[in-house]
Amino acid sequence: MSERPDAPDRDTLLAMFEIQSRIKLCDERFRSLLTSGQIQLIYYSPRGQECISAGWGVHLRPDDYVVTIYRGLHDHLAKGVPLRELWAEFLGRATGTCKGKGGPMHITHPASGLMVTTGIVGSGIPIANGFGLAAQLDGTDQVTVVNFGDGASNIGAFHEGLNMAAVWKLPVVFVCQNNLYGEHTPMKMSTGVDFISERAAAYGMPGVTVNGNDPVATWHVMGEAIARARAGEGPTLVEARTYRFYGHLMGDAMEYMDKDERKAAMAADPVVLYRQWLLEHGHATEDQLGEIEETVTAAIDDAVEFAMNSPFPDEAELYTDVYAEAPQ
Amino acid sequence: MSITDTTPDTAADHPVLPMASAINQALDIAMGLDPKVFLLGEDIAEPSGGVYKVTMGLSTKYGTDRVRKTAISETAIIGAAVGSAIAGYRPVAEIMMMDFLAVCLDQVTNHAGKIRYMSGGQTPVPMVIRTSAGAGRGFGAQHSELLEAWMIHTPGIKVAFPSTPADAKGLLLTAIFDDDPVLFIEQMMMYWDVKRYGGPVPPGDVRIPFGVADVKREGTDVTLVSYGRQVHDCLATATKLAEEGISCEVVDLRTLVPCDEAAVFASVHKTKRAVIVHEAVQRCGFGAELSSRIHEELFSELAAPVQRVGGANTPVPYASNLESDFLPQVHDIEAAVRRTLG
Repeated sequence: MSERPDAPDRDTLLAMFEIQSRIKLCDERFRSLLTSGQIQLIYYSPRGQECISAGWGVHLRPDDYVVTIYRGLHDHLAKGVPLRELWAEFLGRATGTCKGKGGPMHITHPASGLMVTTGIVGSGIPIANGFGLAAQLDGTDQVTVVNFGDGASNIGAFHEGLNMAAVWKLPVVFVCQNNLYGEHTPMKMSTGVDFISERAAAYGMPGVTVNGNDPVATWHVMGEAIARARAGEGPTLVEARTYRFYGHLMGDAMEYMDKDERKAAMAADPVVLYRQWLLEHGHATEDQLGEIEETVTAAIDDAVEFAMNSPFPDEAELYTDVYAEAPQ
Repeated sequence: MSITDTTPDTAADHPVLPMASAINQALDIAMGLDPKVFLLGEDIAEPSGGVYKVTMGLSTKYGTDRVRKTAISETAIIGAAVGSAIAGYRPVAEIMMMDFLAVCLDQVTNHAGKIRYMSGGQTPVPMVIRTSAGAGRGFGAQHSELLEAWMIHTPGIKVAFPSTPADAKGLLLTAIFDDDPVLFIEQMMMYWDVKRYGGPVPPGDVRIPFGVADVKREGTDVTLVSYGRQVHDCLATATKLAEEGISCEVVDLRTLVPCDEAAVFASVHKTKRAVIVHEAVQRCGFGAELSSRIHEELFSELAAPVQRVGGANTPVPYASNLESDFLPQVHDIEAAVRRTLG
């Protein structure tokens, strides 16, 4: 990669690197523990999609809202969900973000602004409108970022949700993390347009496609969309093109994916390339980046130990939180 | 704010209103009390004020920010309600016809119903879904169905089902200020028919707690358990059978989740016989659950098996004679009572 005169300041560049590192290193730890049989859980790897979440993550304030889906680890980390509670929730422990009752597909941490993680494709989109509507009615300038995949753009909730957001000029940024596959089906076999962003025209909102593996370009596009929402100018559909390194879920044989395509994508690992670029163009020293990675690794060590040593929820928790009232 | 259990006796001096006006009053009072209450749904703003005129006047009074007319997008309506509820609002979403719940069921069950639990209690979803329902208007199979059993079967959602204007007002106020999602079912046959379904409505913020059944008529021989419009059919049956010396007690559940099982058991403990009546199709209707609960608790006391009277196990037909046949009628309830008497 060449030098980028349009790059943000060094602090921002390093903040993005820190988020990317958290995601990459967390993912590597999850896969290692899963492969070695030390933990068991349904795991949807976000590896390859780090730059997208980092791209919006550095623009958002703690009081902004994020909604995401089951492949959401990168989004949770980019919004600042604390590692200990996150790991504990993935492991179903009482100390998790949701007391172990939600699990990886339902991470919720309102203190960080991570409001909803849903396991239903596309369904976060209409809910994000509700957060946007609340901010609009309150007269605040809070922004909601809702993340979903290319597959979600083919479900009805996408259509209803984007239309409502456009009609009401809601402060919502719709981030389609287009990793080219909806579960086991390539986008070209399920989708009638080449670019998801083309669909924005149908709702009268701006739509933009960005290389989601280019951290600087992604940072710009996210920044513009978030600023637009914050200024009350309405929603934007951002399509960030990327690639899913490890298939739909852990254990996926990936026989439906083109081997050469995947090999090429992994060879162009966006986190690795970004690290090289930071060094080559003097944005950071090896020591600086190494220190970030070591700090993140230590925090993950701590989080894994915390989660592993945490108790499972009390059996009485089965019946709590169904309704506001205590169980009868 | 008072929480009062209204009964027809204490309400004798109050103005008689149709159910639609009572619901309108509740919405008006709630919006006046709390700026976080807002309404959204299809056609609910002026000049139409809702297809049944239930929300008439409210957008003029509170503005279109708080009485929001939406596209015909049930999924977007419920989604917006879910998100804004988590963010601190108390949305009242209107789904024009209960059959249309099928269009947005993912938002209702997977999200409104489960989000409190999935988040370990961090994100309550205090919202109401008002929906009109029921056969009798010649609307055919897709605009007439009662689907309360779907929601009762879904943990996390409360279900209110009023039979009178006063209950509709009091239960709706409770629903709006409840911290859980509430499905509020309004049988459209009762909206404007003051003659058959009108009733005295106390003024002001009078709330009726959930989970408290109302014994509409005391009796000793058999308990009729019902809710919604069919409570009136049960009362008519009781009046008719009284002429023969058969004494029916009529219990109106008012809310189905939570359900006042204790009131049902107390009544059946006294009468030893029970008939459960609802408009929804009988198969897997709420009557099946309640019958099972009565048998579990009172089997050895029962003088006869619990009987159920529900809608036919068919889609709701259009032709008026068939629609009548579909609906549980007084003669069906009467026959069920006689079965319990042997």
